[in-house]
Amino acid sequence: MAQSKPQNVFAPWDDPNEVPLIRFRNVTKRFGTFTAIDSLDLDIYRKEFFALLGPSGCGKTTLMRMLAGFETPSEGKITVDDVDVGPIPPNKRPVNMMFQSYALFPHLTVEDNIAFGLKRSKMSRDEITARVTEMLRLTRLEKFARRKPHQISGGQRQRVALARSLAKAPKLLLLDEPLGALDRKLREDTQFELMDIQEKTGTTFVIVTHDQEEAMTVASRVAVMDHGRIVQVDTPAGIYETPNSVYVADFIGDVNIIEGNASPAGEGRVSIHYAEGAQPIIAAADHIPDGQRVSFAIRPEKIVVGTEPDPDRTNQVRGRIVDIGYLGNVSTYHLELPGGQKFSAQMTNARRLARRDFTWDDEVWLSWTETAGVVLTE
Amino acid sequence: MNLRRLLLIAIPYLWLLGLFLVPFLIVLKISLSDTAVAIPPYTPTLDLSGGWASIKEFFGQLDFENFIWLTQDELYWRSYLSSLQIAAVSTFITLLVGYPVAYGMAQSPDEWRPTLMMLVILPFWTSFLIRVYAWIGILANEGFLNQFLLWTGIIDMPLQIMNTTTAVYIGIVYTYLPFMILPIYATLEKMDGALIEAAEDLGCSRLSAFWLVTLPLSRPGIIAGCFLVFIPVIGEFVIPSLLGGSRTLMIGKVLWEEFFSNRDWPVASAVAVVLLILLIVPIVLFQRNQQRQQEASQ
Repeated sequence: MAQSKPQNVFAPWDDPNEVPLIRFRNVTKRFGTFTAIDSLDLDIYRKEFFALLGPSGCGKTTLMRMLAGFETPSEGKITVDDVDVGPIPPNKRPVNMMFQSYALFPHLTVEDNIAFGLKRSKMSRDEITARVTEMLRLTRLEKFARRKPHQISGGQRQRVALARSLAKAPKLLLLDEPLGALDRKLREDTQFELMDIQEKTGTTFVIVTHDQEEAMTVASRVAVMDHGRIVQVDTPAGIYETPNSVYVADFIGDVNIIEGNASPAGEGRVSIHYAEGAQPIIAAADHIPDGQRVSFAIRPEKIVVGTEPDPDRTNQVRGRIVDIGYLGNVSTYHLELPGGQKFSAQMTNARRLARRDFTWDDEVWLSWTETAGVVLTE
Repeated sequence: MNLRRLLLIAIPYLWLLGLFLVPFLIVLKISLSDTAVAIPPYTPTLDLSGGWASIKEFFGQLDFENFIWLTQDELYWRSYLSSLQIAAVSTFITLLVGYPVAYGMAQSPDEWRPTLMMLVILPFWTSFLIRVYAWIGILANEGFLNQFLLWTGIIDMPLQIMNTTTAVYIGIVYTYLPFMILPIYATLEKMDGALIEAAEDLGCSRLSAFWLVTLPLSRPGIIAGCFLVFIPVIGEFVIPSLLGGSRTLMIGKVLWEEFFSNRDWPVASAVAVVLLILLIVPIVLFQRNQQRQQEASQ
């Protein structure tokens, strides 16, 4: 879950003077009776690598197609550089798209594919040749310039599609599940390549993906979508560490969720009563009314598993190990709390396996600090 | 090679040998013979009872006289030329009519396509001959078309369409249209719609996207459709003889007349042999196109 850039270097969304490149204002899109996008507001800034993340059917592709001009909003306004793009057809927009299927022209060579958009503009022949060469170099495709799309590999096709969509130097590049067709190893390499190219060209990227790991890796900000609405927009770290709802917490990574009733426990803290007779969970939270039904979400890796309770951590809960998933570098412990709740915890295997002092069916202590989890009211 | 494999391969070859090569050799032999008032109406006939000497004598009597005759009477080469011309022009018209139909079918919603496909194939359910006769009823001087035009007042004299080349073109285009539509539809239908969106995204108008992407990608279908129309139209006999009257020259009609009116089997066979040689060129080209298309799709 690497963060692409340190927050203090690039965070135009925190700067009130910064003008967004793209503005969605109250945008709604309906297909017949189905509402794909539901009165949505969104700002995307220059040079951002913005990820739209969500399950299939959440409206992320519709959102992107509206930016490209293939769909028009039923209501509301989309502006790019303060220009309302509603009436502008796709061929007149300063926006290019990299298609999920790549949509390379099978009858044209790699270089002709890249030159396709340039030939529609008023560029001279020499300029086009120079630009194509530059794009081939950027995507390391020089050797394949004369090949047809069916004569190159999937990864190379993906790079051709990227080069073609970048060739016209668009203000905004849209990427529709760009890495979906690649195998895992290639996908990871390509993610870093994409970030590299995005930084080099300084283009604003908007990527649509259902792969949360991909969104976390490449994006400067992630918008988590559900049912045509944006649930949360934040940096990858923000989304992961401080999700604003159970939906987001559950969608990104693994999480333990415990429901209970909150009661104030001093300044900036609440205690959550989740089971009869169990010690309440103490967690950092503000503005939670007394007796409010809340969900406490905590990531497995924030929990320490030990034979003794950890005295440095406020929360200490007994649990029984049901199962251990050994992944080499880490182990995932599936535990059962006395109240019957299922819990999972993840620990780095700092010691060798043989020296671990607990195993299946052992009673252990789970400990975590006040700030390890988040209290969610949605 | 084991026996089973040999047998498997032998069946199509035997089929071709028995039903194509042997009949062709018989026609070739007749084309080298002379006319005779006899049954069959040509000499020589092969008589194996005379032994080696009679076989030698048989081959000695064969000559190329009929082929030389074809070059001497201008009727024949003019018929060949006229057939080629009619085939080329009607293939072009069929393409002009068929492409938009195929395009419209490929653009239509998924649930409509089987119905539209059915409508294209539907005419095949009626006998070809009956459909051509139906055109006589439409195109004749007192036919539906002229009656309608007279009734609307657009014309005050019936148009002479029957027994002209125009009627032949109408008949051919009508009859062969499905052979043009289906292969073009097949290529258009499997085309990825994202390609057109990509073209528009890169700055193409709808029209230039069609010109630069759709049309080149449907080329294999266009070529296949053109050959599927062109090849059979060259030898077409029924349409020109029913709709074209005596003034339309087509080699199929000449062939029929040589066989059945003149009973000159040797000359008719020579006409058929030349026609076959003429057709081999486009057939080979067609095969090559199909092969290239298969390689490209792999």
